This record gives sequence, structure tokens and C-alpha cells, in this order.
Amino acid sequence: MTAADGPNELEAQFAQWRQYVQRRRELRPSDTEELEDHLRGSVDELVAVGLRPDEAFLVAVKRMGSLDDLSREFALEHSERLWKQLVLSGDTVGSVAQTRSRRDLLIMVGCAAGAALSVKVPELFGMSLSKNAAFYGPNVGLFVLPWLAAFLAWRRRASLAVIGVLVALFALGAVAANVYALAENSQSVVLTAIHLVIALWFVVGLAYVCDDLRSSRRRMDFIRFTGEWFVYFVLIALGGVVLVAFMYGTFNAIGVEPETFIRGWLLPCGAAGAVVVAAWLVEAKQGVVENIAPVLTRLFTPLFTAVLLAFLAAFVVSNKGIDIERQALILFNLLLVVVLGLLLYSISAREPLAPPGLFDNLQLALVVSALAIDVLVLVEITGRISEFGTTPNRASALGENVILLANLAWSAWLLLGFVRRRRPFAALERWQTDYLPVYAVWAWLVVLVFPPLFNYR
Amino acid sequence: MRVAKDLVAASATPMVLGILAEGDSYGYAILRRINELSGGELDWTEGLLYPLLHRLERLGHVESDWQAVAGERRRKYYRITTQGLDELAEQRRQWTTVVDTLKEIWLGPGDSQPLTAIPLGGLA
Repeated sequence: MTAADGPNELEAQFAQWRQYVQRRRELRPSDTEELEDHLRGSVDELVAVGLRPDEAFLVAVKRMGSLDDLSREFALEHSERLWKQLVLSGDTVGSVAQTRSRRDLLIMVGCAAGAALSVKVPELFGMSLSKNAAFYGPNVGLFVLPWLAAFLAWRRRASLAVIGVLVALFALGAVAANVYALAENSQSVVLTAIHLVIALWFVVGLAYVCDDLRSSRRRMDFIRFTGEWFVYFVLIALGGVVLVAFMYGTFNAIGVEPETFIRGWLLPCGAAGAVVVAAWLVEAKQGVVENIAPVLTRLFTPLFTAVLLAFLAAFVVSNKGIDIERQALILFNLLLVVVLGLLLYSISAREPLAPPGLFDNLQLALVVSALAIDVLVLVEITGRISEFGTTPNRASALGENVILLANLAWSAWLLLGFVRRRRPFAALERWQTDYLPVYAVWAWLVVLVFPPLFNYR
Repeated sequence: MRVAKDLVAASATPMVLGILAEGDSYGYAILRRINELSGGELDWTEGLLYPLLHRLERLGHVESDWQAVAGERRRKYYRITTQGLDELAEQRRQWTTVVDTLKEIWLGPGDSQPLTAIPLGGLA
């Protein structure tokens, strides 16, 4: 083997070299090992002709040539390695990481199957998806999201206290969904259905951040997780549509009607399972693939800004006033949600220390124009409400509007401070992550307090 | 004298297969052997050899496994397969044609007679 003097030092050099080489995506661990063996052969030979080990190491490394060239040659042969492989390819990762990811996979499959089957459990008690909408609507989140929370809690190795809180919150959700007798055509049943899912999603968020509850970074991670989860879920859904189309077509061609199966099993169970699978994909690919939500944000922030500014201009020019119909408040609420989403996801991808740039100005324009539009709408609509009295729908839409408006107004202020270099960007990030509990509390309020407050209308 | 890069690349496959046909070997030893046989004229880089070995393995011409020969480090040894032997024979035929033609051109038909007697192993 190598010379007696300084073998430890030589080993340290080898270790350093290994670390350096392992950072190359083109080189797999087995390649690194092979190259290291080559290097050792080279060193041994140089030592045999009289060089000191450290000199021999330097010469041998130099002979191997630049790592860039080497990686390029490897990339020519193994071009597939440049496409980061997400999951399921299985081989070549370190054995510890591998067993971990395999266990993740098993737990994920278990949770996804659990979610898929949970959706069908009520059928054992005579409920059916098509006939009992008033039951399924509010409860659907309760069948699926506990499994997702369980998967995340398992991954984070949640403490017993956190698990207890999660169970309690899901139980509370179950109570809220079922204890009030809401008619199928009441406004409250729809509101509960929508808001319970949101409230439960924040419970999932609790499972997500349970390793560090107060950390602003972790909450930001949950926002990123939500965005990526949504993108993956949509992708899976698109794949599902193709599958259903082929299933429908091929089975019809041989005279078998697959419709009952598709409606009764494939769609509900597939969607429920996909919720967990999408989360698992996001967890597995974290750091491996560029996040897609911020990319979409970059694309659409200028476009939305242009549309909103154009709307304001048209509003001023035409001087007609906004036609407030039943759906208007909801539409403008959704607009605020989209603007908030654009803001959130560009925050999530932004380097906090970078100086303000053109994009930040653009964002300020977007937020301010959205605020201006919303104020116009609010002015029109408050009159209506005081005129006709409140309903659960109006009250919740108005409440949400106020919540979003408050968030965006303060965001605009912080963004202005940042663009004028008076404030650090972190203040805006902090504001958004601190605000998250407000949405959760509001969603729970609508679910728990609204039905009795409005006499179960 | 430096051998042109294209020529090095083109001749690398038959050389590696030829060396492996002599017996199982590993990367560093193959490189040493090439160096030795060419009298130091052929200077292969690691960036040439290892990707080439991996390609040959992907094509099924060679197989590899990690083994520790007594008293030595664990190494990735390469072994030529039957398919690799066929490929080597094919490459040898092609190279013989090329080399023979070049000799005809450069030395003229009259001188070519004794040269064709050079054993094939010497051409690899």
C-alpha cells in the first residue's frame, strides 16, 4: 500500500477528493469508487518511484485532469444522469437513503390505500356518493386528509403531543361536519364543505411543520409544499383523465359498460389516493427538481398585472360602475386569492438578501391594482348587504374579503418599504408566515360558529 | 509524437476488448497496459477509458463486478463476454482491412508481401 509516512494525511486527502467528486451529478458513487481506485493505483506507482505520498497524490490528481472534462466525458455516455431522476428508479443511491426512501414508499402506499378505501367505507352503511351529497360534501376532507397528515407526521417523527393535537382537531372537524343538521340545499352545507377542507388543510400544515412549530422558515416550507402539491395533484389528475378515457373507450368496444366502476371506484378512490401520492412526490423531490409553482408565478405576475391595470383603466374610461351580481364578491375574492398566491409563491422562491429589482416593482403594481379594484367592489357591496340583510354566504365572503384585503394592504406597505430600500425583504416573508393562522382560525370559525349563528340556513 | 484524438477514440474499443481478451482487468491496469504497449505514445485519459468501459458494458461486450483479489484493494474488474469476443473479431477484420490498405498505399504493392505476415496481435 502507500508509504508509511503520513498515511492518515493521505487518507484525509482522499476523503476530501471523494467529497469533491461526489458533488458531480454525472458521477455515481460507484464511478467515484472506481476513479478513487485509479487514483490510488497512480499514487502507489509514484510512491514506488520515490515520491512522498502527498506529492504523489498531487501529481496523480493533476494527471487525472480537470474534473470538468472528466464529468463531461461521463455525461456523454450517461446522459440520462443529467435528467434528475425523481423516485422509483431505485438504484445507485446510498444504501441508508435507499432503505429510508423505500420505507417512505411503503408508508405512502399504505396511507394512499387507506385514503382510497376510507372514501368507500360509508357505503358499507348505505351511503352513496351520488345520493348523499349532504353527507359526503362536508366529510370528504375527513376521509382523506387524516391519511395525509399521518404520512407527514410519520415522516417528521411527530411527538405524541402533536399526534394528540392532530387527532383532536380531526375529531373536532368530524363533529363540526356532522353534528349540525344542515339541509342538502342550505347555504351552510356548502360553506362547511369548502371551509372544513381549508381548515383541515391547515391541520395537515400542523403535521408538516410539527418538527418546528414556531419557525417562519418551516411555515414558508409548508406554503411551498402546498403549491407543489397542487401542481403534482393536477398532473396526476391529467394522467387519470387519460386513463379513464382509454378505459371507457376500450371496454365499450367490447360491449362492457365500465361507467359504474369508473364513477363509483376509480374516480373517488383515485382522487383520494392521489392526494397522498402527490404529497409523497413533493417530499421525495424536494431539492431534486426546480419548484414549478414559482416558475408559474414568474410567468403570470406580469400578465395579471397587465390585466388588472387594463381593467382599472377601462373602469375609469367607461365610467359605468361595477355590476354587482350574486357571484361578484366571490369572483373578486378569488381574484385576491390569486394575487395573494402570486405574491406568496414569488416570495417563496426569492433570495431574501437580493436587492429590490424590476420584478418587485411589478409585484407592487399587481398588489396595489388588486387592492384598488377590491376597494371599488367593497364600496358597492356593503351598501347591498346593509340593504338586504346578511346570509351565511355574504357574511363569509365579506369576512374573507376583509382578511385578504388586510393581508394585501399591509403586504403592499411592506413591499413599498422594500422597493424604497427602507425595509428588509424578510419583513414581508415574516408577515405572510405569521398571517397563516388567521386563515385557519377563520376557516374554523365558519365551520363551527356560522351554522348556529345563521340558524342552519 | 501525439496520436490524433479521433484516431485514439476510434482505436480505443478494439484495444480495450483486446486487453480484456487476455484476461480480466481493471481500469488502472488497462491504462498501464496501453501505455506500456504503445511505448508511452498513447496517452489515454480517465475521461476516455471509464466512459468507454461503461458503454461496452451497456452494449453487453463486457461484464463487471467488484472483487478483492488476495492482498489487494477491492476493485471493479471487467470481463469480456462472448458477444464482446465476437465484436473483437469483427473489429479485427475491419482494422486489418484498414491497415492493409494503408500499407498498400504507403509502401507500394511490391513491398507489401513481407508486411502482411505480421501477426494480427501486433496490430491491435
